[in-house]
Amino acid sequence: MASALFFYLFAVLAVASGATVILTRNPVHAVLFLILAFFNAAGLFVLLNAEFLAMLLVIVYVGAVAVLFLFVVMMLDVDFAELKAGFIKNAGVGAIVGGIVLMEILALVGYRGLTTAASLNVAAPIPAAGSGITNTQALGEILYTKYVYFFEASGLILFVAMIGAIVLTLKHREGVKRQSISAQVARGPKTGLEIAKVPSGGFNIPPAVKHPEAAE
Amino acid sequence: MLEALQTFMTDYGWNLLAIIGFSLLTLVVLLIIIAFLLLMDRKVWAAVQMRRGPNVVGPFGLLQSFADLLKFVLKEPIIPAGSDKVVFLLAPLATAVFALSSWAVIPVNENSWGKWVISDMNVGILYLTAISSLGVYGIIMGGWASNSKYPFMGSLRSAAQMVSYEVSIGFVIVCVILCVGSLNVTDIVNAQKAGIGTRLGLTNSFLDWHWLPLFPMFVVFFISALAETNRPPFDLVEAESELVAGFMVEYSSTPYLLYMLGEYVAIVTMCALTTILFLGGWLPPLDIWPLNAIPGILWFLIKVVMVFFMFAMVKAMVPRYRYDQLMRLGWKVFLPLSLVMVIVTAAVLQFGGFLS
Repeated sequence: MASALFFYLFAVLAVASGATVILTRNPVHAVLFLILAFFNAAGLFVLLNAEFLAMLLVIVYVGAVAVLFLFVVMMLDVDFAELKAGFIKNAGVGAIVGGIVLMEILALVGYRGLTTAASLNVAAPIPAAGSGITNTQALGEILYTKYVYFFEASGLILFVAMIGAIVLTLKHREGVKRQSISAQVARGPKTGLEIAKVPSGGFNIPPAVKHPEAAE
Repeated sequence: MLEALQTFMTDYGWNLLAIIGFSLLTLVVLLIIIAFLLLMDRKVWAAVQMRRGPNVVGPFGLLQSFADLLKFVLKEPIIPAGSDKVVFLLAPLATAVFALSSWAVIPVNENSWGKWVISDMNVGILYLTAISSLGVYGIIMGGWASNSKYPFMGSLRSAAQMVSYEVSIGFVIVCVILCVGSLNVTDIVNAQKAGIGTRLGLTNSFLDWHWLPLFPMFVVFFISALAETNRPPFDLVEAESELVAGFMVEYSSTPYLLYMLGEYVAIVTMCALTTILFLGGWLPPLDIWPLNAIPGILWFLIKVVMVFFMFAMVKAMVPRYRYDQLMRLGWKVFLPLSLVMVIVTAAVLQFGGFLS
């Protein structure tokens, strides 16, 4: 009974905040509602006894992805009039794409049916409740045995994406003064200090000793 | 109707009441401890600078934190005219709530009564990581909603800083989890009953704890915890010489109090996490008579206060980092170091015969 209550709470909040994401005018508010939607999805995962996935959803999406979203959206100077001007122009394309996705979802639901039998969707047996195997362990056991190639492949794709992002943002500009930490740390009394002997009295002023770094 | 109520109470009700009771108990004790830790922070800072520190309210200034609380609550909260009011007030609330909610899974003792923890979740350590990664929202939201230059700069700095250091904290936790083999926080402490000390003949001693085999990770974790909680020397978010008070410039009264509270709760959480991951939680340092007779919760408290003392000393002694140095330390030193240590730890466990 209580789980049904929590299911409706999380589900209604998730749908409502999802709708608010696209209805609200302020992009920062939209991102904040998106975070609320993620939270409620995590709550639904917990109700399904998939607490590992729930925590992962919060860590990855709320803790990292949405922070970057918020970061970018906050700094953007969005012109709302310009955004709305394109609405009519793009409405047709948007409607077609949305319609196709809706048809696909309906077709899938019609094909599979809205049954609650978990066996339809499961590729491997789920450890029974009370067997002492946590869902983290169950996930690991199947991920690193049966699906190990897919796991490695997705890791490789992420690695390539990461290097791609670094390459895109890396710029080597000329003439920028940079700090060399290792050179600073390695600088000791021998290289950092010079003792010039200045003879007292006489008219012979020795030529100024050039500092090695000043010569550059 | 009465029967339905009875089934509800036996199924959920008593459980629910027990959870609410334990939560309230934890919160009240935690907040009182934090009031005195705050005073200790200021006293240590003062002692390092050869001052007396707060010494007016109560004997030795013991009631200073409560006087501050009253002062903050009784002042007028000022909401800037150009601010986004809802987000502006939501931000400090989010900081405080997220910081407090991590105490749901922190176990403080285990004895014949059972585990002293509100929720003995099997993914407890992931929950802690998730909650600590949410702390950044309060700061970003506050900085943006203030609609002012300095808060915005402060919150941008903080977002980058907290996201950077979370990465190395995550890898340190992965190292510990590899040694333990469980994501449950109580299991992490219990795994520290056997280790190097037991092999050397000192059974259940301080040499068994994770700080010894994982010493580099202990150091990385401590420094990352300083950065994660925006403590000096990494408090660039509120560097007063550059940003006045960072994201808190526009805050006053209770919202400001909530920010301070959230910050200190996060610090104490990090101290507790250091205690649990590396210093054996509630386990006594030596399994001999006067020491193992002391209740575990006292050992836990002593260790947390010791780690907090280290936090306070760092604040008093170390000058503030520059922003690029902070980023360099996080990404170019800690990240490669912790990544290599994950691989080394896994290799030692696999090939050293530690996995049965």
